[in-house]
Order: sequence, then structure tokens, then C-alpha cells
Amino acid sequence: MKPIARPVYLNLLRIHLPITGWVSILHRVSGALLFAALPFGVWALSVSLSDEAGFRRMAATFAHPLARLIVLFLIGAFAHHVFAGLRHLALDVHRGVDLKHARQSSLAVMLAAGLVTLIAAWGMFA
Amino acid sequence: MKSAAGAHTGTGTWLVQRATALVLAVALPGLIIHFLTALPVDFSGWQMLFAPLWVRVLLLLTMTALALHAWVGMRDIFMDYVHPVGLRLALYLTVIVTLASCEVAMLMALWK
Repeated sequence: MKPIARPVYLNLLRIHLPITGWVSILHRVSGALLFAALPFGVWALSVSLSDEAGFRRMAATFAHPLARLIVLFLIGAFAHHVFAGLRHLALDVHRGVDLKHARQSSLAVMLAAGLVTLIAAWGMFA
Repeated sequence: MKSAAGAHTGTGTWLVQRATALVLAVALPGLIIHFLTALPVDFSGWQMLFAPLWVRVLLLLTMTALALHAWVGMRDIFMDYVHPVGLRLALYLTVIVTLASCEVAMLMALWK
């Protein structure tokens, strides 16, 4: 057998992930995003509890549409991370491991995360 | 291939990630609902929400579970994608310092 020339460069744009793959990679991406957002969240809480002026500053910040859009994005990431994580815990105990159920639960994760994001958007912008 | 020295540590971190995941799956939505239902509030009302000892203890425990969970997750990501050892260790250190700072900042924000 002829050895493959390495390194192998994969064209990411031509790879079509199945839905289970999307749930898997989005679980990682959302987790990393939430980690990156955590210091800002702790900082915002700290400022808001420090004194009256700090509280007003944070209240004004989170009243801004752009800040709300970022928060909404993080809510979506969190929702996806939680639902995909619960799916992962089910897989750990061998629930829904076969392809049919793995696909169905992936779709359920996507829909549930989308629904939570929509409800949050409605609560924040309506 | 993993070195023999690190071969037995995987199960422990795996278990930490799963155990903290369960804690967070219950605690975070609970805390979010607890705070959301009280909104909107003024500053004194906001402070009152954090006044009960159980709220502060629960928040700090949740933060601790979150820090452990995030550590294992970020470590897994770096193990998979960042192969130069020096860079990977530097990233590990950044994550540890970030999470430890968050833990301390949380403690100071709640008990000052």
C-alpha cells in the first residue's frame, strides 16, 4: 500500500458533518465560549454588588441592545451546552447509543436549545 | 500514545467532569430562576437577594463546581488540538489562573 503524503490537509468547507457531529462540536465551542465569558460575568456581578453607582453602571450596560444581544448569544450557548451535556450523560450510561436514537436526540438538543433562545429573546427584547 | 505515568488519571477527571455536570445542571437553572423571578430590583433589593447565607454558600459551591468542570473541559480541548508541550502548559496555566481568579473574585464579591 502506498503511504499517504502527510500532513493531510482537509478542506473543512467540504466536510459535511452529520447532525450528531454538529451537536458534538458545538458542545465544545459553546463550552469554550462560556469559559471565556465567565470572568466578565463574575466581574459584572462583583461591580453590581459593590455599591449603588456600580449597580447603576451595570444596569445601564445590560440595558444596551448590544449587551443584550451578547447575553442572548451566551444564553443560546449555555442552553445548547446543557442539553448536549445531558445527552452525553445519557450516552455514558448507554442510553440512545444506536444511530437512530443518537440522531433523534441530536435533533432534540438543537430544537430545545433553539426554543430556550427564542423564549429568552422574547423576554429580553419584547 | 499516553505515557504510563498519566495513563491512570483519565477516569478521575472523567468522573469530576460528570459529577460537576450533574451539580451544575441542577444548580445553575435553579439559581437563574431564583434571581430572574425577583427582577426588576433596585440596588438594595439586589443586595437583599444575596443576603441569605444559603444563597451565598450555594453560589460559591456552584462557582467551585463550575471551575472544576471548566478546567477539565478546557484541558480536554487543549489536549486534542494544541500539541506543542510548552504552549499547552502555558494555556493550562492561563485557564487555572483565570478560574482561580474567578473563584476568589466571587468569594470577595459575596463576603466583603
